[in-house]
Amino acid sequence: MSDGDGNSSRTMAVSPRADAEKAESSDEHLERTIERAVAGAVIRAADPSRRRFLTAMGAAALTALVAELLPLKEFAAFAADPVGKPEKTDLNIAFIPITCATPIIMAEPLGFYRKHGLNAKVKRAAGWAMVRDWAINKDVDAAHMLSPMPLAITLGAGSVPVPFYMPAVENVNGQAITLHNKHKGVTTAADMKGFRFCVPFDYSMHNYLLRYFLAEGGVHPDKDVQIRVVPPPEMVANLKAGNVDGYLAPDPFNQRAVYENAGFIFKLSKEIWDKHPCCGFAISKEFASQYPNTFLALFRSIVDATNYASNPAHRKEIAEAIAPTNYLNQPVTVLEQVLTGTYADGLGAIKKDPGRIDFDPYPWHSMAIWIMTQMKRWGHLKGEVNYSAVAEQVYRAADCDRIAKELGYPTHQGVMAKHTIMGREFDATQPDAYVRSFKIHSMA
Amino acid sequence: MKTNGNGSPWMISVFLLVIFLGGWHLLTLRTSFDAKGKTEEQLQMLEFNGDIVRAEAGGYAWNPEKMKGVPGPLAVVEKARVELSEAFVIKGTNDHGIGYLVLYTVSRFAGGFLAASVVAIIFGVLLGLNRVLFRAVNPFIQVLKPISPLAWMPLLLYTVKDPKWTAVLVVFMAAVWPTLATTAFGVSSLKKEYLHVAAILQLSWFKRLYRVILPGAAPTIVNGLRIAFGSALVAVVPAEMLLGELGVGYLSWIEWNNLDIAGVIFAILVVGVVGVILDSGFNKLAGLVTYQE
Repeated sequence: MSDGDGNSSRTMAVSPRADAEKAESSDEHLERTIERAVAGAVIRAADPSRRRFLTAMGAAALTALVAELLPLKEFAAFAADPVGKPEKTDLNIAFIPITCATPIIMAEPLGFYRKHGLNAKVKRAAGWAMVRDWAINKDVDAAHMLSPMPLAITLGAGSVPVPFYMPAVENVNGQAITLHNKHKGVTTAADMKGFRFCVPFDYSMHNYLLRYFLAEGGVHPDKDVQIRVVPPPEMVANLKAGNVDGYLAPDPFNQRAVYENAGFIFKLSKEIWDKHPCCGFAISKEFASQYPNTFLALFRSIVDATNYASNPAHRKEIAEAIAPTNYLNQPVTVLEQVLTGTYADGLGAIKKDPGRIDFDPYPWHSMAIWIMTQMKRWGHLKGEVNYSAVAEQVYRAADCDRIAKELGYPTHQGVMAKHTIMGREFDATQPDAYVRSFKIHSMA
Repeated sequence: MKTNGNGSPWMISVFLLVIFLGGWHLLTLRTSFDAKGKTEEQLQMLEFNGDIVRAEAGGYAWNPEKMKGVPGPLAVVEKARVELSEAFVIKGTNDHGIGYLVLYTVSRFAGGFLAASVVAIIFGVLLGLNRVLFRAVNPFIQVLKPISPLAWMPLLLYTVKDPKWTAVLVVFMAAVWPTLATTAFGVSSLKKEYLHVAAILQLSWFKRLYRVILPGAAPTIVNGLRIAFGSALVAVVPAEMLLGELGVGYLSWIEWNNLDIAGVIFAILVVGVVGVILDSGFNKLAGLVTYQE
């Protein structure tokens, strides 16, 4: 009863109505306050003739109308202080057994979900199509996805269009081009003509980075080489069997190829684009608006875990936590080599690169826009694309920073970063010109 | 057991097994690691990459954790020992003991097979009793029958939107057609005398079904069920692999993805043993309903 302070004498005789008001949770109160504020703002913004019409509609109807366009419940959840109680605490989160998913996975054994009031279990999937289907069919509440997937699903590329959010990026860097041992003499993209490559999914950074790398070297990825979609865990087996010449894959499968003496690491993806996004944490818009407090608690767990994983001092502990059969099912030495960046490259050298994989939750809109330019370039998207609007809808940069600030982690300036990819600067404000600037493409 | 010149089949079985295991063991033997001719740097590299480990007595030995090529029978036995000792332990959402995995697979299989059998026998009897209907429907059955049950999987997954039920439905699809076709055939080719006798005795429709039609067609129906049983058993393993549902089929896929070949061989053996147990159970049940003419 915040408004009852002035006349405390009246509270002596408690009316049933006041009782009811007291019983009303602070959550609901907050929600109503926001509704009133939104309705008020809409009415004030309208011109006089409409204003009369809108006032006549009543605040409730107007709020319902606005809620169609704006996720009011999510706003309420973000404004709530202290944190609202999660509506749903038992959660299933899909993951693919790769080091990119490190924060999502380790949040279970290291207790980040518990810390934020959730009982979340991670469920291993065998391929990205499976993750997509589980997420769309609601077999899982949230999922580890490749950073282009929430964009593709929202836009309806390769699936029915379902609005998805990507609240946070998981890892930056953390991929590599691995080639079969018989190709130790290969030095440039041009040497790779006629190769058969694997990527984990059509809508993946792996696919777009491999295509970018090949095309920069004058090799047309749709004409001069074969690129096949193979789930990450099957890639090493395929490389070992000699079915493929190489792949651009997530770790640990590059390091695993070296461990198996089947291949060597040709190039880390950070040599193509340092600090590129790789995987993300994804959730459907429907879930986020249906369970706003759960969404927020999950969001907090992920930002918390991702920042924890970013600290190099924690990497050994993390490698041990995620190695068991229930999670990655990989030899600890392989995971350690990936996470610490001190690794055998398969050519007889031990290399040191602490930036081999890093974790940073902030979903720059410019990253989403770059991904969409490549989707456009390779014919995954057709027609006009409203790049910045889709990026803003799917990549929840502002919310991510708000949580980072609240938890005491570093925040960011703006939503557009300057990216340099193989020496070429990408201007996220000119996506159409960027797409047109490529000589090698598969646009109609 | 006859012990004349031909010897007992048991002895031969054991002999074959010993030959097989012995050959397998010898073919997969690895020479012990020899550090001669390798520089200190190369050895460090091998150790860093997990190829070799420092032996207790000094010097190096191959890393026993890391398999090269096909593992020998001893490695598989060791894997089986570890797995079986934790048969009913759940270590997390994605790591259930082998006992549970077998239970999941058997219940998935049983659900799909039983549902398919009930549906197929009901429709089979209806078709078998009505010759015109049988001839009208037969072309459709003939087209649907040879479709691999796994070919239905994407469509089922898309419409059912649930991998658990999709896996059961794939088994259903594998089991329904053979039983349906043979039941219809068995009922339609019942000896005319049986039906005449039933008519003379003025049995009710229900009694005719239970006393005459089903027992008369039982041998053919059981044959159909046996074919259906086999194809359902074949379908359940790849269905689990493709759908990522926990079970013995998924186990073999996960072990392959992790390049744990001993685990793959163990999973194959488990699939075989489960198949034998289910099959002998089925044969016992089938023995109860068939008869000699």
